[in-house]
Amino acid sequence: MSEKAVNTTVSEKLDRNSLAELVAGDIAPGSFVNLGIGQPTLVSNYLKPEQHVTLHTENGMLGMGPEARGEEIDGDLINAGKIPVTELPGASYFHHADSFAIMRGGHLDVCVLGAFQVSATGDLANWHTGAPDAIPAVGGAMDLATGAKDVYVMMSLFTREGVSKLVAECSYPLTGVGCVTRVYTNEAVFLLKEDGVHVRETYGISFEELAAKVDVPLIGPSAGTD
Amino acid sequence: MLNILQDVDEAVAPIYDGATVMIGGFGKAGQPVELIEALLRQGATDLTVVNNNAGNGEEGLAALIGAGRVRKIVCSFPRQSDSQIFDAKFRAGEIELELVPQGNLAERIRAAGAGIGGFFTPTAYGTPLAEGKETRVIDGRGYVFETPLHADFALVKALKADKAGNLIYRKTARNFGPIMAAAAKNAIVQVRQIVEVGGIDPETVVTPGIYVNSLVQVSREKEPAAA
Repeated sequence: MSEKAVNTTVSEKLDRNSLAELVAGDIAPGSFVNLGIGQPTLVSNYLKPEQHVTLHTENGMLGMGPEARGEEIDGDLINAGKIPVTELPGASYFHHADSFAIMRGGHLDVCVLGAFQVSATGDLANWHTGAPDAIPAVGGAMDLATGAKDVYVMMSLFTREGVSKLVAECSYPLTGVGCVTRVYTNEAVFLLKEDGVHVRETYGISFEELAAKVDVPLIGPSAGTD
Repeated sequence: MLNILQDVDEAVAPIYDGATVMIGGFGKAGQPVELIEALLRQGATDLTVVNNNAGNGEEGLAALIGAGRVRKIVCSFPRQSDSQIFDAKFRAGEIELELVPQGNLAERIRAAGAGIGGFFTPTAYGTPLAEGKETRVIDGRGYVFETPLHADFALVKALKADKAGNLIYRKTARNFGPIMAAAAKNAIVQVRQIVEVGGIDPETVVTPGIYVNSLVQVSREKEPAAA
């Protein structure tokens, strides 16, 4: 899919739903996609039927439908976040080893994940803050980060203290090495490429302001996108 | 030889102290609640348990951990909003945790059932969960060596069995069931219904009966503990 040839500074930061809509619009028609728990789940609300996107859930299903409501709720039909979901025509079920083979084997086109930090070279940290008293839990995060053809991260660009989560090198324990291809944030969309971090567009901030606040060399939208 | 048993207590009777027990289920789906409760009543202790999680709420696996029967847990996601029983035992140093990425957990279980001595996987390469493990770069990509995960027993829930032990599952309740049944020396399976041989279309069998050692019918299932 070609990148949007945009060179924009939109006046407002994106809210969570607008960000999810943006990600949904960037997913190529016919893709097989896994949406991580939390913010990435919102993307499903904006996928259009004509996109023919098939959703995978790592607990053993392709063709996952929207969250189940009322009488649709079935304890045997849940997503990776353990939320009751529905089944779409064409759905299939498989055991856990097959489900992760689908992932690890590179059969998924896109995986959308949250993150604590992403490095300029695409390293991902999203499973552990490294706090010594924390009980670690990893789930499927490392498998998802490693397996999909494209890994999109959705996150706020800055911590509450205003520190950029797009970093030269992750300080938190890694989930995967060099796996992230795009970072969608409320302030900007970043494309992580061989030659560096490209800013595709910004929201409520100019490229120059952004470059001053993020401690990673950025390549501006004017440099063009492929 | 397949044992078709009358109750869950009889089914879990062979489980001994120090055994490794795989327990199927992901969240509520596929959780063999009645078999876990029977194991709690049975009293075997010093167990190593393999499950995706480390128990939720107060029942099922959480109750087994709470009763001090579990020496070690092998899982991918122990910490949850309602994993307070595991959390307390872990912080008190009373339970050992082996944390495994979910796909590695599944593949290690599958490898055991398939007679594989180990495999190189890209998952976790370059992360803390690969520390101390053998690694190899193959065609420019980093891989970590993982070993099979065997078990003495598996507790699995399926939808239906025939009297040859062939199993079918229901929706996402399948999850770890088929691979755990294959990985364990003794697979104990609870099903909602047992039908005569020939009552399941061979084309739809998910777990062939060769993997199943004991079958017990639990027609009226209890609502699983919250997950």
